[in-house]
Order: sequence, then C-alpha cells, then structure tokens
Amino acid sequence: MGKTTTSASIGTGLAQRGHKTVIIDFDVGLRNLDLIMGCERRVVYDFVNVINGEANLKQTLIKDKRVDNLYILPASQTRDKDALTQEGVEKVLDELSEDFDFIVCDSPAGIERGAQMALYFADMAVVVTNPEVSSVRDSDRILGILQSKSRKAEKGEVVEEKLLLTRYNPERVEEGEMLSVEDVKEILAIELLGVIPESEAVLKASNQGSPVILDSDSNSGQAYADAVGRLFGEEIEHRFLDVEKKGFFKRLMGA
Amino acid sequence: MSSSEVCFQLKGSNITSIVLELKQYPSTEFLSQLQDKVSQAPQLFADSAVVISLEKFSPEHTHVDFKPLIADCFEAGLHPMAFRSVDEALLESVKTTGLPALPGAARSASVHAVEADNTPAAELLPNGDGEQVEMTLESPREEEAVEEAVTTIIETRVEIQEKLVHRPAKIIERPVRGGQQIYAEGCDLIVLAQVSEGAEVLADGNIHIYAPLRGRALAGVKGDSNARIFCQQLEAELVSVAGIFILSDELKDKAWKQAAHIQLKDERLTIAQINDK
Repeated sequence: MGKTTTSASIGTGLAQRGHKTVIIDFDVGLRNLDLIMGCERRVVYDFVNVINGEANLKQTLIKDKRVDNLYILPASQTRDKDALTQEGVEKVLDELSEDFDFIVCDSPAGIERGAQMALYFADMAVVVTNPEVSSVRDSDRILGILQSKSRKAEKGEVVEEKLLLTRYNPERVEEGEMLSVEDVKEILAIELLGVIPESEAVLKASNQGSPVILDSDSNSGQAYADAVGRLFGEEIEHRFLDVEKKGFFKRLMGA
Repeated sequence: MSSSEVCFQLKGSNITSIVLELKQYPSTEFLSQLQDKVSQAPQLFADSAVVISLEKFSPEHTHVDFKPLIADCFEAGLHPMAFRSVDEALLESVKTTGLPALPGAARSASVHAVEADNTPAAELLPNGDGEQVEMTLESPREEEAVEEAVTTIIETRVEIQEKLVHRPAKIIERPVRGGQQIYAEGCDLIVLAQVSEGAEVLADGNIHIYAPLRGRALAGVKGDSNARIFCQQLEAELVSVAGIFILSDELKDKAWKQAAHIQLKDERLTIAQINDK
C-alpha cells in the first residue's frame, strides 16, 4: 500500500531539510524499512532489544550513509508484536525526542497491536491510502482509532490528520477504474498532504534500497518532496493529478 | 439557627415495602418459616422494613399478643414498621405493640406537604377511613413523631405527576468513522461531521446530522416512535426509527444524496426530501 515507502521518503525528506530525524519500524516480525532504506546488512540490534534493555539506542540506531541527520531504528524479525509494550515504546520515544526533531513511526498494516502502538503517541498522522474503496475504508477505520485510542484522544485533544494518496494513476481514474482524488477527499474529509503517482520509479527504488524521494527525476520522488514541503506549511500545488497530454511528436510516434 | 428559619418540611412520599400477610398466629413454626423464606433471598430481605397485613388473619380470640411476632421478625432480620388492615376487634392488641395501624391496601389517601414555620401550623390529613386526623405542629421537636405519622397514615400512595425533564442533546463535532459507535442515551444526538460507512449512531431521541450520513442511524432505540432522523446528505447503509428499519437499496430511490427527513408514520418509515422545490 506504500506505508513503508512513504515513511522512508518523508523521513529522508525531513532530514534533507536539516532536521535530525529517526524512522522507527513498528512492523515487528516482518522488517521492511531496513530493506527499503538499504541498510539491512547493518542491522545488529533492533527496537525490541532496546525495549527489553538488551541494547541501548546508540548501539541500535543505524545512521544513513546518504543523508545527514537521518537514522533508522529497525524492527525485529524474530519477535512477535506482543514484544511492543506501551511502557517500553514510551520510554524509547521519550529518549529519542531529547535528541531528534522528528520521529517517524512506520506503522504495520491493520488495526492490531503494532499499528496501535505506532499511532498511540502520535502528534500528527499521515494516513497512506490507495485510490480504491477497500483501502479508503480501512483508512477511515484507522482514523477512528486515531481519534479515540491515541494518547492525545485520551486527553481530549485532536491528532492532526493528513491524507497521502499513493499509486495514483490518472488514466485509470479517467476510465473509472480508480477513485479520484476528489472521491477520496469526500469520503475521508481530511486535509490532502500529497498524491504520489503510480510509477516504475517506486519499485526500482525499493529494489535498490534507496528511498524514492532521492530519485528527484521521477514524478514520485518530486511528489514526495512536495508533500514534505507542505508539512512545513509551504503552499505547493498538487501535481500529476491529470492525464499527461501527449505532445505532437509522441502522438505521431503512437507512444 | 435563627427562629425565623424553617426547620423542616413535611412531604408525602411513596415507599415500596414488603408486606407480610399473616394467616395463622400464634404458631410455633412462625420463626422457622420466616427464617426459611428470608434465607432464600437474603439480599432482598436484609434489614428491610415490613408492613404486617392482617387482612387474611382471623384469630379465634380477640386478644392476640403480637409482641413475640415482632421479636421474631427482628430475629429474622426484618423491621416491622406498621400493621395494616387491622380488624377493629384486634385494634387493642395491635396498639400494645406500639406500631401504628394502617388502613387496608385498597384504600388510598393523598397528603399535602406540610411546611412548618415558626407559627404553629395545622394540617388536615385525611386517613383511609375518610375520617380526618388533625395534627398540630407545636415545635420542630415533634418533627420525628409527625413525620412518622405522616408516612404511615398516607399508605404509600401519593400520586406524583411526571414531568418531561429536559436533557441536553449529545453533540459530536468530529467525524464518526467506520467501526465507531455513538449512543446518545436519553436524549437527541447532533453530529456536525460526517458519519462514515461502517459507523453507527444511535439515540433514544432524534438524530440530526449536518453532513453526509453514510453509516447507520438508529433513532428512538428505546421504542420512541416519534423520534426522527434528519441529515444533510442521505447515503445511509441503514436508517431505523423505534426498531423499524430500511436499508440503502430501498433508500436509493428516495432523496438519495439529498437533505432528508425520516420519520415513522403508521408503522412505516417515510423519507422526505428537505427543501424539495
């Protein structure tokens, strides 16, 4: 669906702007973030080791080699989701927040423990959704959990919500095979942070272990960069929403 | 306390109590039978006040010593507070126990609240036989005695006129998302944001939704068939009033995606478009 791709790209984008950022993988048992960030061979300790006091943060955090100020806290492949205790997660987040400007929590799919732990302490949530009915419904559900079961909700406060639409394909929207941006906005009624077009570049970046935002020639990379800019309050127009008009030459060649 | 202040107020009140209907007495088995009954529901009977009814009691002698009966009641954990339906022949016997004799169950009486001020007040309290008992309140010290008299004379049947009490509506300002349920108990529900598919809003009263309704809305869930549902954009999965519901399939040809007003008429839900021009 694009949650880990998005966490990697947004985290990288924040660090590129000079903010000390850490991305935490909450998908205990699966481990994806380190692959997408291309640091899987450098994982020694993991999030669960830190929670259990078997390693400290300094030993566990992996510094990114391409972008300054960027760190990864990998998930454990050998434990299950019950290893994440609320007290343990809170302790780690408290410690991280002393050093870091931004903590990006990469949530696993679903609405179970891992996802609830990832969202519980959130100040802001970026809800990643695909332009299809089932995905949008799931996002609606997770928004409900966010506003009822998070720490802010328990205190009677509101977690800031942003919508990020990934795998958007304007041609398929035109053919009625996909929901449009407007459809999704109407169903979820939250602020749109960005629309990431469906692209080969995302797959290529994942396989190469490099967040797609670093591929600044690709539409997807640019769309993520725009989204990060909007997080800082910049007014950037949404791009890649319409079918590209084929130029004269392209039409001639039938491409 | 200054002498001009009112020390107390006498009021009629309705008390539910256990009635012990006496059939045979004296009996050596009274205590054991009573204890047996009490032990069947100790929670219910624990320290409860009882009224001893003599309606079905016809003794051989006019003089019956009720004192052991009262002692037995206390022994079993009950607190006799009065006798009821006392035959005139037994009145003397009852009086020796010190407990008042109340009129029979079929007769009712009403009482007015007696407010005591610093001037002696007199109030007429009709008793069950139609005779009137005059009571004069001399001083607040008589409070207890008078109160007891009032509570016992009025035979637990003061009519209380029920008033509709206004309860404020429950107001929800954020979207109700799929999987969430909101229930407005005993009042109306007002939702200012959308109700998503898979969400459920319920109210004992009316439901107002000033946004799209895509989930389920159930008004009058405790059976109020006058409850109604109002929404700004009807796209509901289900709407129900007092348990009578219709599903989206049927809704689609009526005010779909329009502002709508749903109510129950002759056991059927009617859907009307609001501002239909």
